[in-house]
Amino acid sequence: MAKYLAKRIFYLVLTLFIVITVTFFLMKLLPGTPLTNQAKLSKSQIALIYEQYGLNKPVWQQYLLYLAGAVRGNFGTSFQFSDQPVSYLLSSRIGPSLQIGLQAMIFGVIIGIIVGSFGAMKQNTWVDTSATFVSILGISIPSFVLAVLLQYYLGLKLGWFPIAEWGGFIYTVLPTLALGATPLAESARFVRTEMVDVLSSDYIELAKAKGLSRTGVIYHHALRNSLIPLITIVGPLAVNIMTGSMVVENIFSIPGIGEQFVKSVLTNDYPTIMGLTIIYSFMLCVVLLFTDILYGIVDPRIRITGKAN
Amino acid sequence: MADTVKLPEDSFKPISADDRSALDSEKIAAPSLTFAQDAWRRLRKNKGAWISLIVLAIVFIMAFGSIFVSPHNPNAVNPSYANLPSKIPGIGINGFNGTLVQAGQRVDAYKQAGASNLHYIMGTDYLGRDLFSRVLYGTRISLIIALVATLFDLTIGVTYGMFSGWKGGRIDTIMQRIIEIILSIPNLVVIVLLILILKPGMTSIIIAIALTSWTNMARLVRAQTMELKEQEFILAARTLGERPMQIAFKHLLPNLSSVIIINTMFTIPNAIFFEATLSYIGIGISSPQASLGTLLNDGQKNFQFLPYQMWWPALVLSIIMLAFNLLGDGLRDAFDPRTKE
Repeated sequence: MAKYLAKRIFYLVLTLFIVITVTFFLMKLLPGTPLTNQAKLSKSQIALIYEQYGLNKPVWQQYLLYLAGAVRGNFGTSFQFSDQPVSYLLSSRIGPSLQIGLQAMIFGVIIGIIVGSFGAMKQNTWVDTSATFVSILGISIPSFVLAVLLQYYLGLKLGWFPIAEWGGFIYTVLPTLALGATPLAESARFVRTEMVDVLSSDYIELAKAKGLSRTGVIYHHALRNSLIPLITIVGPLAVNIMTGSMVVENIFSIPGIGEQFVKSVLTNDYPTIMGLTIIYSFMLCVVLLFTDILYGIVDPRIRITGKAN
Repeated sequence: MADTVKLPEDSFKPISADDRSALDSEKIAAPSLTFAQDAWRRLRKNKGAWISLIVLAIVFIMAFGSIFVSPHNPNAVNPSYANLPSKIPGIGINGFNGTLVQAGQRVDAYKQAGASNLHYIMGTDYLGRDLFSRVLYGTRISLIIALVATLFDLTIGVTYGMFSGWKGGRIDTIMQRIIEIILSIPNLVVIVLLILILKPGMTSIIIAIALTSWTNMARLVRAQTMELKEQEFILAARTLGERPMQIAFKHLLPNLSSVIIINTMFTIPNAIFFEATLSYIGIGISSPQASLGTLLNDGQKNFQFLPYQMWWPALVLSIIMLAFNLLGDGLRDAFDPRTKE
């Protein structure tokens, strides 16, 4: 296990290194400077600003400096907000994004499990049909459409929740619902398929034959075994939430990193875009690593086959 | 005892070919079906997938037919008819009869604009452009982007996956690592970076989506190829001295086709979704071009007062996504009946 872990962490570091390198050189390909009005500035002023951003050095030196900084969590200075280090900008914004993302994930997966297992238990009845319908609908409606609808109907018309801004828990409800729809749908679909499989297996028959109650069979035998593979879709769901958060945070004007990403893209704030790309990639890598390890712990069969390879 | 059993003489004659075909026990009840026919039959049995196929056909015909026959010019600006709600002749339900709530009262917006004899099925936008024509136009752009991106995705993904799976060993490991690195950044982030480099526009959106979405296809094709290449018919082909390229086209591709088709059905809605998201953020298609994403973005600004401007594109987008998802599910069951129960 320790060897496997070390190997995985090595790959994580390697991946991040490649991501940093590629984004750095991609950004160097882009036109644009931190100067807002180049024509009005004198040569010495431009030189001064370039020096402030470290743009006067040759590219390879900039790259090494950036790499050295990135290791320590320093991603340079933002072009958009002068004198603001990217790391400060992002660390003050990552909280809301993490909170909404985690809430959406937990909400979506839990409700998804309930919907999916009801669908499997009442297979081929109206319960199953409506569960399938809900999950297909959740996959088909883009989160930003859902966000606007929720904002208007639950926020403005009914006035149950604040329509935007960032405050206490109540402010997170609508964004969580909007972002959680896809995880809900995906996990419901997944759990249903798995559970239908599990319910027809021999050990369920045995448990029934031994006279266990229906809920006992479902809870102790069917549900547990059908939930294990669910861990594998947590990674893709995390990607989905990250992608969705960019638009949803914008709609609800939440001061998160998704909103900042869109803002930075529209204002060509390259250092911030780079920092955010690295942070997104880091979070995703950690989620993938975490789910892989968790899967190995929960399902011993994976560990054994992993060793055989 | 000479008690012989009398058997008719003709019982011991071989029956003629005509008689044999008339025998019930020898009859093959149904004509044997090819794989494609069988899949088609199963697909038609699946109500959701079948309806989706018809819906998609209608959407395609309407979207691409609007090049030739469009109710109005999608770009014709007519400020005096701006923001008219949808009005479908013969339907009196509020919301479809051209009335609007203004200052707490329901008024006929068409009368106010002096256009009582006109009717816009989905209404008009803030510049007086016919929303129905624009939705058709936007659907067309969205579909073109999705289809072209998917085409690239098919070629890159299938080739990459087949090569990786066929070669195996070290090459395979390296190629899989590359995919893992691409997958370690959220796709949308990569797409946004690529669009920034390529300058926003339709071509760069297509390239960006194509360059990022092939990974899933490549992985599935690789797994399937690895399974296939161990089988006897591939071994036979190799023994007979067929070149790898020939094997790939003659033996691997036909066997991979179901995986490829199913995955395509999930790639297309993904591409549509990415395009809509990009346009919604504001780095996608720029005006006067329109896509479903830009229409949603425009509509969202006025949602409180003119909700129909967002409802229509949202409805069309959701229907397209829904249809592709259902069709994908149906095709999966049709090609691989084992997956269902």
